[in-house]
Amino acid sequence: MFKNTRQRYGVIAIIFHWLSAFVVFGMFCLGIYMVELSYYDPFYRDALYIHKSVGILLSILILLRLVWKWLNPAVKPLSAATPLQRLQNILAGCVHLVLYLGLVTLFLSGYLISTSDGRSIEVFGWFSVASAGELFDRQSDIAGTIHLYVAWGLLAVVVIHILGALKHHFINKDQTLARMIKVMTPKKHEE
Amino acid sequence: MKTPYLAAGIAALTMAVSASAADYTIDTKGAHAFVNFKIKHLGYSWLHGRFNNFEGEFSYDAKNPNTSKINVVIDTASIDSNHAERDKHLRGSDFLNVKAHPKAIFKSESITFSDQTHANVVGTFTLNGVTKEIAFDVKKVGEGQDPWGGYRVGFEGETQLKLADYGIDYDLGPASTHVTIGLHLEGIRK
Repeated sequence: MFKNTRQRYGVIAIIFHWLSAFVVFGMFCLGIYMVELSYYDPFYRDALYIHKSVGILLSILILLRLVWKWLNPAVKPLSAATPLQRLQNILAGCVHLVLYLGLVTLFLSGYLISTSDGRSIEVFGWFSVASAGELFDRQSDIAGTIHLYVAWGLLAVVVIHILGALKHHFINKDQTLARMIKVMTPKKHEE
Repeated sequence: MKTPYLAAGIAALTMAVSASAADYTIDTKGAHAFVNFKIKHLGYSWLHGRFNNFEGEFSYDAKNPNTSKINVVIDTASIDSNHAERDKHLRGSDFLNVKAHPKAIFKSESITFSDQTHANVVGTFTLNGVTKEIAFDVKKVGEGQDPWGGYRVGFEGETQLKLADYGIDYDLGPASTHVTIGLHLEGIRK
């Protein structure tokens, strides 16, 4: 099934989740790596080009993901019986929100770094995203600082997100992680 | 060696005429002054840029030119090579460290004219927190009344700096170890 139900994720949501997870992690590693490259490194120019291109594509992916999320029923937490579980569900929801906000901040700040001089961002030579010009003073520096710190902050929140998923899987032994990995039939979930 | 006598003579002259020496403000307001730089790119071409924000003043008297003085303070964060990503890199810790060292300062110690228009300037230059003595030649471009009731004089000169001398050791390649700074300054008499 493509769409979500209240109990399970559809295949589209699952693909969106894992595709963005791997791309975000790859972008983090590439970003940290590329700023240390020496000027004569053969990858010096391509690293940034790939980072910017993938960044634009990722922002489109996340936009589509949010639209899809909005069009689909919200998948309910598996257990909400006790006040503690309900608190944990709220916290998990906050983590999800912060992940989305962090990504949006990274997209905007990354865009602002490279476009303050009027240059557009080219995406693998397929198309380019126009510059909005210099919107505020010291734009590239300020946006660059935000981009760096938010990237590290996002990594920390991703770790919390992963620990939460692993806790569900190994401690609570519930289907929270499993239902984001395989497309389950409603019947199997009810077992 | 006549230099000590000359220096003593200049010193005496300085005291005698210091009241009449003209003081000039560098015309950054009207942008008739430029602090440019150029550095080789890979050894194949020149990359040009400039510092957009700086201020300074000098004193110069055509009758006693050797009493001249100059003082320029450059806002290092205003570096502009017409490329936002590169400028961000240049402001960062690989190059200018503008957060820690927001100002580059040149202060003359002596200015010695060899003729009406040519002079050698000796002074201290502070960049990236490092202060070194440098010397370079300058040339008077022109001098006179402006059309709006003021009086102006302009000088130009350039000097080459070794980046490593100022603690900038990012490897740009063997052809790019030095940067040329070009000063093109018009002063308005105060």
